[in-house]
Amino acid sequence: MKDFQDYKNVWIFAEQRDLELMGVAKELLGEGYRLSRGLSGDSKVCAVIMGYGVSNLIDEAYAYGADIVYTMDHPLLKNYTTDAYAKVLSEAIKSYKPEIVLFGATHIGRDLAPRVAARLNTGLTADCTRLDVNTSDYMDYLEKNTTASLNGLDRNDTSTMLKQTRPAFGGNLMATIITPNSRPQMSTVRPGVMAKLERDDSHKGIHINVAVNLEDDDIRVKVRDVIIEAKKIVSLTDAKIICSGGRGVGSKEGFKLMEEFAETVGGMVGASRGAVDSGWIDQSRQVGQTGTTVKPKIYFACGISGAIQHLAGMQESDIIIAINKDPDCPMMKIADYALEGDLKQVIPEIIEQWKSN
Amino acid sequence: MRIIVCVKQVPDTNEIKINPETGTLIRDGVPSILNPDDANALEAALAIKDSCPDTTTVTAITMGPPQAKEMLKDCIAMGADEAILLSDRALGGSDTWATSNALASGIKQIGSYDLIFAGRQAIDGDTAQVGPQIAEKLNLPQVTYVRSLKLNDDCLTVERALENGYEIIDVKMPCLLTTIKELNTPRYKTVQGIMDSESADISVWNADDIGVDKHTVGLKASPTNVFKSFTPKPKGAGVYVSGGSPKEKVQILLSALEEKHVI
Ligand SMILES: Cc1cc2nc3c(=O)[nH]c(=O)nc-3n(C[C@H](O)[C@H](O)[C@H](O)COP(=O)(O)OP(=O)(O)OC[C@H]3O[C@@H](n4cnc5c(N)ncnc54)[C@H](O)[C@@H]3O)c2cc1C
Ligand SMILES: Cc1cc2nc3c(=O)[nH]c(=O)nc-3n(C[C@H](O)[C@H](O)[C@H](O)COP(=O)(O)OP(=O)(O)OC[C@H]3O[C@@H](n4cnc5c(N)ncnc54)[C@H](O)[C@@H]3O)c2cc1C
Repeated sequence: MKDFQDYKNVWIFAEQRDLELMGVAKELLGEGYRLSRGLSGDSKVCAVIMGYGVSNLIDEAYAYGADIVYTMDHPLLKNYTTDAYAKVLSEAIKSYKPEIVLFGATHIGRDLAPRVAARLNTGLTADCTRLDVNTSDYMDYLEKNTTASLNGLDRNDTSTMLKQTRPAFGGNLMATIITPNSRPQMSTVRPGVMAKLERDDSHKGIHINVAVNLEDDDIRVKVRDVIIEAKKIVSLTDAKIICSGGRGVGSKEGFKLMEEFAETVGGMVGASRGAVDSGWIDQSRQVGQTGTTVKPKIYFACGISGAIQHLAGMQESDIIIAINKDPDCPMMKIADYALEGDLKQVIPEIIEQWKSN
Repeated sequence: MRIIVCVKQVPDTNEIKINPETGTLIRDGVPSILNPDDANALEAALAIKDSCPDTTTVTAITMGPPQAKEMLKDCIAMGADEAILLSDRALGGSDTWATSNALASGIKQIGSYDLIFAGRQAIDGDTAQVGPQIAEKLNLPQVTYVRSLKLNDDCLTVERALENGYEIIDVKMPCLLTTIKELNTPRYKTVQGIMDSESADISVWNADDIGVDKHTVGLKASPTNVFKSFTPKPKGAGVYVSGGSPKEKVQILLSALEEKHVI
């Protein structure tokens, strides 16, 4: 066994874009806080904020749980580039020796983290959805949520190796990955799965400004422009949220309500063949065996009975919410949340409460 | 100009089944395919070759078991000029760090190159790490998530997709790009290509051939280990919300979603 005593603390790459902390950075601070309290001694959770003119973000990082905030502030860090960020971050990791480094699995995190891990000759686990240092917590998780056997695991085990759990093979398989022989232990973490701490503006920590050693020649690409596009979901398969309506929607008029619903929750309108055949909505929106197969984060099935041909196109959705008058129809049986009621009353209520949230 | 395309043979994960008892993959009868993002990578290389056919060579390289030759033949049938298979027991079980050591050594063995393509992500391991890690080992600039590219002399102008838009980036060659499906539509194999691929001479290199340090490849050298693999429990029964007014029912629903961090 190698001796890793020098390595301490949990680092969060607190990604900012246009001087705003990304949501996943706050989630990682929450997760990092939880992990750091399970590690030995006085382990801390530290936010690493890179960019140009980032000092305004320090208090926010404290508010979401950071004990220490490292800033690397430099004109050449204004736009993200692999070269500049990898150099500055690798050097900082070498000198401060964190035990764990977490990145959001964003297009930037997944560009930067592998490069840094390769430079430091350490392991990197991709797109994690669960992290544990405590063996007993990890065993609870396995028992409750998975088919894994607990063979070889011991609830009294006090070692605090990071157990990094992630989906692979298109989500068909889960794996827990460890990094036993090198430090830091590094992971990218899927946005939207870890819990933020409640924002506490009275929480303060320590700020350390890290000197940045960068020159123009270090950066071998030129970012000419960064273009932000209003998110326009073009196809059902890309939609994170789908609000599908069936024959229970009742009319063309009813699909106007579905449109408003989708707009409010940031989703896209889908439909059953029952609704398409009634002429209330275009065939391109049909979900199912003879329509599109979808796997959104949330699938709202409103007034859809759940015929097998419809289920074939949506049953892999992360969360299925059924709204139906009939508590015994198949859709209500397979739903994660089955709301019994008249959609004409329930949907306006969701719209109103969603907006006020 | 020499273009190298990193390609991986993967099981078609749409067809994979899990043995619920053991929590392991049932690979029997599951077809092996060219990783989808890698087909876009190869297409990008072939499109450049189309524009200057006499001066461009496209080389496909993979690390894998001997069966991966079949996939390399497909690459030749699509239009690649040559194909290389890195195959050796010593390379088996490599994680992304070790995989990129092997591929970087293989690429060095090929010699000179102007442009390297990799797919963004393989659909089995799903890490999206091998491309950037090869770039690091070869000390090359990288651009990931490439959704469009234009070649002008020794410089490329590429669009790199972000979650909410894109960046326009200039990068000098040599460099490594990782490709996504938005970049192009891969071509089909041609009849002539299929015939060529039957007689094509695919180079097979072992660890000694590429001169890689054996302490940096394979299962033992890999910094990450698979500690456990398993499947999620099948979904339990859902939550029924039936009592109360519509307002109350929606309140119950939304607070449950919030509690689970769904919204
Ligand atoms: C070969 C083949 C291929 C098919 N492919 C597809 C396909 O790709 N996609 C597809 O969707 N179907 C497909 N179908 C059709 C499928 O079998 C069903 O007929 C169809 O899905 C039914 O649509 P529905 O659920 O909207 O209608 P219904 O089955 O009529 O259900 C309407 C539901 O709305 C509820 N409801 C009524 N009023 C209200 C209200 N006010 N509030 C709340 N709930 C209410 C009812 O309780 C009922 O559950 C296919 C069929 C065949 C034979
Ligand atoms: C369940 C499971 C989980 C795993 N998790 C991790 C993990 O978190 N971290 C880790 O380091 N390793 C992990 N591994 C090991 C990893 O899958 C292998 O190292 C694999 O060889 C490369 O990773 P990938 O499939 O994710 O490729 P990616 O990094 O997703 O592939 C990106 C691109 O790199 C190129 N490429 C990748 N592999 C090859 C190849 N063999 N030949 C040619 N080109 C290639 C292709 O162009 C491909 O499109 C895991 C393995 C399993 C079975």
